[in-house]
Amino acid sequence: MGRTLAEKVWEQHVVRRAEGEPDLLFIDLHLIHEVTSPQAFDGLRMAGRKVRRPDLTIATEDHNVPTVLGPIEDPVSKTQVETLRKNAAEFGVRLHPMGDAGQGVVHIIGPQFGLTQPGMTIVCGDSHTSTHGAFGGIAFGIGTSEVEHVLATQTLPAYRPKTMAIEVKGDLPAGVTAKDLILAIIAKIGTGGGQGYIVEYRGEAIRKLSMEGRMTICNMSIEAGARAGMIAPDETTFAYLKGRAHAPQGDDWDKAVEHWKTLRTDDDAVFDRVVEIEAAELSPFVTWGTNPGQGAPLNTPIPSPRNSEDERALQYMGLTAGTPLSDIQVDTVFVGSCTNGRIEDLRAVADILKGRQVKARTLIVPGSMLVKLEAEKEGLDKVFIEAGAEWRQAGCSMCLGMNPDTLQPGERSASTSNRNFEGRQGKGGRTHLVSPQVAAATAVTGKLTAPADL
Amino acid sequence: MDAFTTHTGTAVPLRRSNVDTDQIIPAVWLKQVSRTGFEKGLFSAWREDPAFVLNQDTYAGATILLAGPDFGTGSSREHAVWAIQQYGFRAVIAARFGDIFRNNSTKMGLLPVILDEKVVEHLHDLVEADPSTEITVDLDKREVRVAGEAHSFEIDDYTRWRLMEGLDDIGLTLRHADDIATYENGRQSWLPTTV
Ligand code: SF4
Repeated sequence: MGRTLAEKVWEQHVVRRAEGEPDLLFIDLHLIHEVTSPQAFDGLRMAGRKVRRPDLTIATEDHNVPTVLGPIEDPVSKTQVETLRKNAAEFGVRLHPMGDAGQGVVHIIGPQFGLTQPGMTIVCGDSHTSTHGAFGGIAFGIGTSEVEHVLATQTLPAYRPKTMAIEVKGDLPAGVTAKDLILAIIAKIGTGGGQGYIVEYRGEAIRKLSMEGRMTICNMSIEAGARAGMIAPDETTFAYLKGRAHAPQGDDWDKAVEHWKTLRTDDDAVFDRVVEIEAAELSPFVTWGTNPGQGAPLNTPIPSPRNSEDERALQYMGLTAGTPLSDIQVDTVFVGSCTNGRIEDLRAVADILKGRQVKARTLIVPGSMLVKLEAEKEGLDKVFIEAGAEWRQAGCSMCLGMNPDTLQPGERSASTSNRNFEGRQGKGGRTHLVSPQVAAATAVTGKLTAPADL
Repeated sequence: MDAFTTHTGTAVPLRRSNVDTDQIIPAVWLKQVSRTGFEKGLFSAWREDPAFVLNQDTYAGATILLAGPDFGTGSSREHAVWAIQQYGFRAVIAARFGDIFRNNSTKMGLLPVILDEKVVEHLHDLVEADPSTEITVDLDKREVRVAGEAHSFEIDDYTRWRLMEGLDDIGLTLRHADDIATYENGRQSWLPTTV
């Protein structure tokens, strides 16, 4: 019987397999940031251990960093960032600190350096590590003690999750983005729908997505409860990687591509579960509740609550069932995060904001310093500033209330990030997850709006 | 973690039952970025009282914590284990432990010893009568020896083996370091490094 992509990549990383024990998996790339690493490094120090493969490890500062120039003012955040700097120096780990040209959100910098490649195993003490699966590897988030385990051994003991295929048939209609697609998928299968699975996204609509769109899809796999999400590599993947700083060169490139081409699910392979989505039926999609599965097409009314969880969500969000989603007024628009903080996202936003003015407070935060430079080279920053938006430094920013960019209690946002949990963007804040295009159109009108309705 | 085979030392008698992990290490200490320095937080609320047993010079340098029944109940915070260990204790003796606390302890190499409630009482009496009383905790023989007496305790084979070998999960994995090295040697040349 044939094997799925996930099974192939998994098998290629088994260091040791023994009856009654989890597989010991080799980890090709370990990404680190300031929040989940301090105790792990401390554990190494206490046990007198070293980082086994600093050459497969890279660190950045993202969660705590302010996105305006200047030092970190919060002392607790400052300590966390300084601790990372000290640990990286002591253990010989490459670090991109604030202000460095390579700094950015951990899941943006890996692909951008070409460190994220097909067929790799990638981990990070962060659940959105699933992003990297867009290149056809297995990438998942881990806890602090596992971070320590990987630092010390470059392996992880793990049982292989089941496999799920999400087949997206047909083409996405014009104006419908990767973000709309993944929000619709999560609404369909639910926030627990992917639990225990590695999801492989397949089908025509997926094949036609850019690498950045694929990353947006895989990024939010975790919001459907999946351990990881992945997409088989193809010419789009190879073209994205070619010439990047850490991509294979010369002969190595040819050998790598030859291998990468074998990384696809065999025709006769069987998935544990298959879900089908018709791309043609989709339209811009937004969330109305407090988990990413509580979403609906933007051109529909807020649905009637199905259960008490929905009722609680509506109450927290200050919304009533039946209200057209496009009537919802927002105070703030946030464009950024590891879901939608890449250059294509910013270009899409600039296209819409060009020659227009924003009505809501609009924060545009590049996912990395390189994205920022690229955007500025293209003059996107000028478009944003002329439209009345704020153009910031790279970081996680308003994706989570850990740095100075937060919502006030009761404040409502349209956000291109990935979590609309209660208080995620600041205590009492109300979040609507949207695509960058909807975010931009919303900034212009002050209420949830699809670009086609401008 | 450090291997535990046998340990001899003096003890601190903590005559309180149901000591939960919030008491062992109050929540304010969880904000730290390091896994060290928790000894300062150990029983920090109680230590404000000069009469508290840890504040008594007679028990300075003790390495065994003689606790009351149901020690370590409540929150799962591993910081409680870190605090006890970092203060200098190698073993905790009690009649009953909170499950999670006991589990966390064995992961970190702090030995939780379960003895009959009457035996623990008796040890308390001995130590209070003479704080210099030495107690030996012998994991190999699964017994506690004091003043010529031996009291056996139970611990499952797997946990005992791991503790005696000093193996945490990382330690267990490192037993297969050769397999890891072999795998590393076979990795494809084009795979990226961060250097
Ligand atoms: S941008 Fe948001 S989701 Fe992504 S790593 Fe930062 S905090 Fe996590």
